[in-house]
This record gives sequence, C-alpha cells and structure tokens, in this order.
Amino acid sequence: MAMMARTIRNSASRRTMMMSRPIFGLRSMSSWWKNVEPAPKDPILGVTEAFLADPSPDKVNVGVGAYRDDNGKPVVLDCVREAERRIAGTSFMEYLPMGGSVKMVEETLKLAYGDNSEFIKDKRIAAVQSLSGTGACRLFADFQTRFNPGSQIYIPVPTWSNHHNIWRDAQVPQKTYHYYHPETKGLDFKGLMDDVKNAPEGSFFLLHACAHNPTGVDPTEEQWREISQLFKAKNHFAFFDMAYQGFASGDPARDAKSIRIFLEDGHHIGISQSYAKNMGLYGQRVGCLSVLCENEKQAVTVKSQLQQLARPMYSNPPLHGAQIVSTILGDPELKSLWLKEVKIMADRIIGMRTTLRESLEKLGSPLSWEHVTKQIGMFCYSGLTPEQVDRLTSEYHIYMTRNGRISMAGVTTGNVGYLANAIHEVTKSS
Amino acid sequence: MESVFSNVVRAPEDPILGVTVAYNNDPSPAKLNLGVGAYRTEEGKPLVLDVVRRAEQQLVNDPSRVKEYIPIAGLADFNKLSAKLILGADSPAIQESRVATIQCLSGTGSLRVGAEFLKKHYHQSVIFIPKPTWGNHPKVFNLAGLSVEYYRYYDPSTRGLDFQGLLEDLGAAPSGAIVLLHACAHNPTGVDPTSEQWEQIRQLIRSKSLLPFFDSAYQGFASGSLDTDAHSVRTFVADGGECLIAQSYAKNMGLYGERVGALSIVCKSSDVASKVESQVKLVVRPMYSSPPIHGASIVATILKSSDMYNDWTIELKGMADRIISMRQQLFEALQAKGTPGDWSHIIKQIGMFTFTGLNKEQVAFMTKEFHIYMTSDGRISMAGLSSKTVSHLVEAIHAAVTRVA
Repeated sequence: MAMMARTIRNSASRRTMMMSRPIFGLRSMSSWWKNVEPAPKDPILGVTEAFLADPSPDKVNVGVGAYRDDNGKPVVLDCVREAERRIAGTSFMEYLPMGGSVKMVEETLKLAYGDNSEFIKDKRIAAVQSLSGTGACRLFADFQTRFNPGSQIYIPVPTWSNHHNIWRDAQVPQKTYHYYHPETKGLDFKGLMDDVKNAPEGSFFLLHACAHNPTGVDPTEEQWREISQLFKAKNHFAFFDMAYQGFASGDPARDAKSIRIFLEDGHHIGISQSYAKNMGLYGQRVGCLSVLCENEKQAVTVKSQLQQLARPMYSNPPLHGAQIVSTILGDPELKSLWLKEVKIMADRIIGMRTTLRESLEKLGSPLSWEHVTKQIGMFCYSGLTPEQVDRLTSEYHIYMTRNGRISMAGVTTGNVGYLANAIHEVTKSS
Repeated sequence: MESVFSNVVRAPEDPILGVTVAYNNDPSPAKLNLGVGAYRTEEGKPLVLDVVRRAEQQLVNDPSRVKEYIPIAGLADFNKLSAKLILGADSPAIQESRVATIQCLSGTGSLRVGAEFLKKHYHQSVIFIPKPTWGNHPKVFNLAGLSVEYYRYYDPSTRGLDFQGLLEDLGAAPSGAIVLLHACAHNPTGVDPTSEQWEQIRQLIRSKSLLPFFDSAYQGFASGSLDTDAHSVRTFVADGGECLIAQSYAKNMGLYGERVGALSIVCKSSDVASKVESQVKLVVRPMYSSPPIHGASIVATILKSSDMYNDWTIELKGMADRIISMRQQLFEALQAKGTPGDWSHIIKQIGMFTFTGLNKEQVAFMTKEFHIYMTSDGRISMAGLSSKTVSHLVEAIHAAVTRVA
C-alpha cells in the first residue's frame, strides 16, 4: 500500500518522464510473438492462392471445390439473385437467436430428413443454424467433447483435410478407418467393415453422406444397408457430413439415401449440412447442425446445449445467407427453380467426367480411367502421384491438391482437352 | 435405441438474450424492452442506417459480384479499413505494417479467435477481466482455454469507477497476464476511465508487461465521435507496445445480425505481424473456415467511399445523441418525481447502458408490476427508451425504490 501511495504521489513527475520515453516491460525490445512460427499454407486453399499468382494464360484451376460454369466462371444461381433482390432493402438486421433462423432450419431439416419426416413432426431433432459445414462439424465436435468426454472420432482415410483440424481443435482424439482402395480407385468395403466391427462398442464415426471428399467414391445403396446393420450391432454413433446434397446425382432425395437408410434402421444420427455448393452460397457461411434425439424433451435439451457452445464462439449466426435460403425454400416457385439449377450443375459435372475419361482413352492412355465416371460429386481422385501433380503444375500450369484430387467443377469444354493431354503426358510412362 | 446424449441436461437461458425471450412472451401493451443492447429509434423500432441500405443496393445491383469463399482472414480491404478506423489513418503501426487484421464474426468472434490464438502462442494463459463485464466474456475465454481472473472496476457506492481497486488488482497481476479492457462505453456499467486515468492504466500495464486486449464494441456510438471513442486504444498503440483489439460493427453500423467484426493484433514488427496472421488463420479454419461475406462487404463499401463514410458519421452521431438525450430525460424525470437517491450516474455514464444500481428484487418487481424487461443486474439499455416511455420507466423505478428493499 505504501508503494502504491508513493507511486501516486510521484505520478505527476513520472508522467513527465513518460512523455519522453515509452514504458516497456521486461521484454521491452522484443515482441511477445517473436517465437511464433509461420504457419504452413492450407493444402487446399493454398492451391488457389498459387493459381491466382500464376501469370500463364493457359492456367487451369482444378483445386478448390467451388463450382464453375462451362466458361470457368463462378456462378450465382438465378434463384439466389432473385431471393437477394427480395431481401435487399426490406428487412432489419437484428440479431438472430443463438440457434439461428428458425425458418431456415425447418426447411433445411426437410431436405435431410424428408418433407414428411416423422422425426420433424415429433420434434425429435435438435437443430441449429451453423457456419456452413465447417461450423456444424465444429459445433458437433465441441458438443461431443463436452458431453461424451473420452470418446473418439473415427475418420475415413482419406477425408477432407480440415476434418482432422476440426476434431483436433475440439480436443477429440481421432482414429481412422479404411475407406479408399488405391488399387481399384473405389471403396475398400471389406477394410471399412472390419474397422467398424473392430471399433469398441458405441464409437463415433464420421461418414460422408454422398460424394465423398476427396475421392468421389460412395458406398452403393446395398453397402450402406450393410454398414447400417453393422453400426446397429455395434451401437455406433453415425455423424454424417452432407456437403453435396443435390450436387452429386442432381437429385437431393437420392443424395440423402444413406441418411434415410440409417433413419429407417432406427439410428440416432447427427448431420452437418452445407449450402455452400448446392446453393452456391460459399461465402455466406450457411449450414445446419442437427442431432436426432429420443424425444422432444431431449431435443430441446440438446439444442439448448448446442446454443451454449455457439454463444461463446460467435453469439449468433449470420443473417444474410439464412435469409436467402429461407426465401428460396419457402417459395415453391423459387424452390423449384433451385432444384432445376442444382441439376444443371450436377449434370455439367457428370458430363465433364465422361468427356475427360473419353479424351484420355482416345489419347491412348495405358491406364484405366474408369474411375473418373464411377466416382461422383465434385471431385475425382485421379490416382496421380504428388510428383505427377507437381509436374502438371510446373509444366502445364494446372493446379490441384497434391493428393491428386481434381475438382471436376473446374473442368470445362474449353480446358478438358488441355487437361487430358497434360494428364496423359505425365502418366503415359507409368 | 437409447441416445448417446441421454445424460445431457438442459442449459439455462442466456441471461441477456433470455430477457428478450421473456419480453416477447409478455402480452401487455405497456411492456418495455430495456434488455439486449440493440439500438431502437424514438418509435421503438430497429434501425437500418440509410447508408447501409445504399451500400446493400449497390452490392445487389452489381452483377459482377459473386458469393465465393472469401479468404480465411476475410476481405482484405475490409481488414485494412477496419484497422484504419480504430487506429487512425496516420497510425505508425499501420504505416509500418505491424498490424495483423483478421475479419471475424463481430465482437464475439474476434474475442474468441484472439483468445484461442493466445492460448496456443502466448506464454500466459490467464486473462484479467473487469468486474462486472459483459456476461459472455468469461465463457468466451474459458472455452478458449484461458483461465479468468477479475479486477475491480465498478464501485457500487459511487456508481463510478473503483480506480484504486483497479490499479491494485492489475498491479498484483502476474507479469505478462492478459488484461481485457473495454475501449469505451463499458458494458454493463457505462463507466469509463477519464483520459488521465487511462494514462495511468497504460503506464501500469506497460510497466508490468501485461498484454492489453481491447474490446471495442461502441466506437462512435458512445460519444458520437469515432476518434474520441478510439482514444484509449490509440494511446496504447502510440507507445509502441503490442496489444489485441476486437472490433464490432454490430452497433455503430447497425449490422447486428450480419456478424461483422475484426481482430487486430498490433505487433512489434511487420515480420512478426505476418507470422501471427498466418497462425490466426489456423485457428479460424477448423472453426468455420472463412468468415461471412455480406456484412463485411457492406462495411467496406461504406468505409471506402468518402461520401458514404461522412453520411455514416452523421447517422452515427444521431444515434449517440438520441441516447445522450434519453439519459438527460430520464435523469430530469427522476429528479422531478423526487425519486429517492442520487441518479446523477445516469448522465455520467456513457454508451448504450446504464447501470442503475437497482437490485435483483427491484428488477423482478419492475418486470412483474410494470412489464419492464432488463437484465437482473440492473442494467438498462438506453437505446430501448424513448421520450414516450421515459415516464413509464420513472414510475417503475420510483415504485421499486420506495417499495422494494
């Protein structure tokens, strides 16, 4: 106390001193952050950065999974433009509730669970608006760590690289399960089922509902049924990441088949949904996390806890993207327009798969490119090695992630010939 | 099949957002919502600024605009303009490229991302926060893995700043501890240090190598002047030291629901700032990948046009002035009514909130008998008051003070 008094008494003279010399602490000359290492570039987003920096007129970006039209241009759907026209100038910008837009969540659940889902009728689904798919996965991971401490997450090999970061930052230990079969460039079904069987009872599994990222390899309907049965026997929890509903086959109901099978079989699942790709709302960050519960009371409870996790992260989710989604899905005409536009995007990609495969076969490639048309969704797991990918970039200015994942959305009638030729050149001596 | 979450218990209502829920459920026509801090006009309506509507139209009418992912760190021009706004256009820290600015989800998001960065990269994991503070602050820091300690701030007996207590508590903090500072318009009390007191706080913080983390949620909204409300932050940056700043555009641009904000980390060198930015991106990517585009685009549109910027400052001053006028009206009405007690703190405090000094029981009484909704700590949002509703509030306060202990 005496020290303090002395300090205050002398404060006037000290203040004069202060004016001429700023006060620093013990580490006066150096930064608190001098030991901070530069972070590695994100393996996916870093590709686009490199692409943008390349001055070559021939450059092709088949890196990040954002849809392009046949001119290689980003697309804003007509239904979205119309929804925005209706929204602009008409609504307030008040805070949404912590759980987000109720209307948007209602419409979103119908997409995943079915328009006439008994679970929706019975109010058994705890659901909150999330920051796209990433945000939904992260909220679930945080929820898992808080309410199932000690549980792990089983993640397929390979998977979207950010999945690992999400569960790691939520401090949920990770295990992997077999998924992709490099020899067949298809599903390692036996490996998958063995891992599911050998996992301890009641394990948490991350499943890609459709259009697996990065491989494009999905289980068949029959395989999904078998997976579901085995999950039942083992009492496992299925968490579905559905980022491509509608975008894979062109038919949202068909793309949700895996989820519907699990629901029929009585599983209590969790789902992450994203509107980034299927509504082209990437930058708006709009999605939904849902958890199917035993009853309405539990759903209310679980939702309240999900909100408790959202509040200290961002308080409440952003308004604009949610308004776009509810405007579209809440208006039959706009919804119908959306379904048409999603099908157009999916069909263009399916068409490009066919063209790419045929071009490679015409070039006389010694390899099989059957997987290009067997795989589904935005990505093709080409089977290219990292070295071959590096050659494509350095010699042909073609940008993709080093795991050989090609974003088919970046392939156009204008560049598919160039792409096929380049791939042929780097693989023909394989 | 039993749920794996059958052991989950229901979370309590958020103390602040729960007030609006209760208000919405009240059928009384006389009800008054003085809970959540969202600006209301004289007519009690939410407000979208004219300049925001103009920016919105501009964006909608631009066919070249797309909705692609924006970078992990957000829109580059938004980030630059936000740093300029809080630090001043001539800030040496900006000129020397020593500031890493990352677009985040409003103030909450900026605080959380900053806290997670500190947990990973800073040598101290304790943060000192004022008592009282915004109810969400401790949760944000706890979930980021920091431990929370309190420093004295509000003096109930004067309804002003407990400056001695503040200096003692920060003086006793371990070297390097993080200190949360409300840049202006302290929430919930409305009590701010004077500029002399800020100077002493700055000296103490620097002498103990404490790390300041500013929460700037009301720049321009408190005094009506963007520069005045940034003064505390700027004096810290002017001394060459490091700090973190969380900025929000929720109130001062009325962009509440769009979740627009920015985290700035002022570093000693541009090299450090660049490395720091790269690490902050690693915090963001597993949280939500990249921030939402819409609100930030509106802000950037306004800040980069000198016309729109000027129009904004005028509308902003309009909001601040209305609130200052409400303070005056409430104070005078309480004086006129002869309500017991010293109510001068109403006009001494600043910003959106007044810490009335009413206790929990008095608040509950006001809600039950007069349908007045506020948080149980006695905080009222001046933004929710109008000339028409002042007398109703005065009746309620008078009754509470005279009839409830």
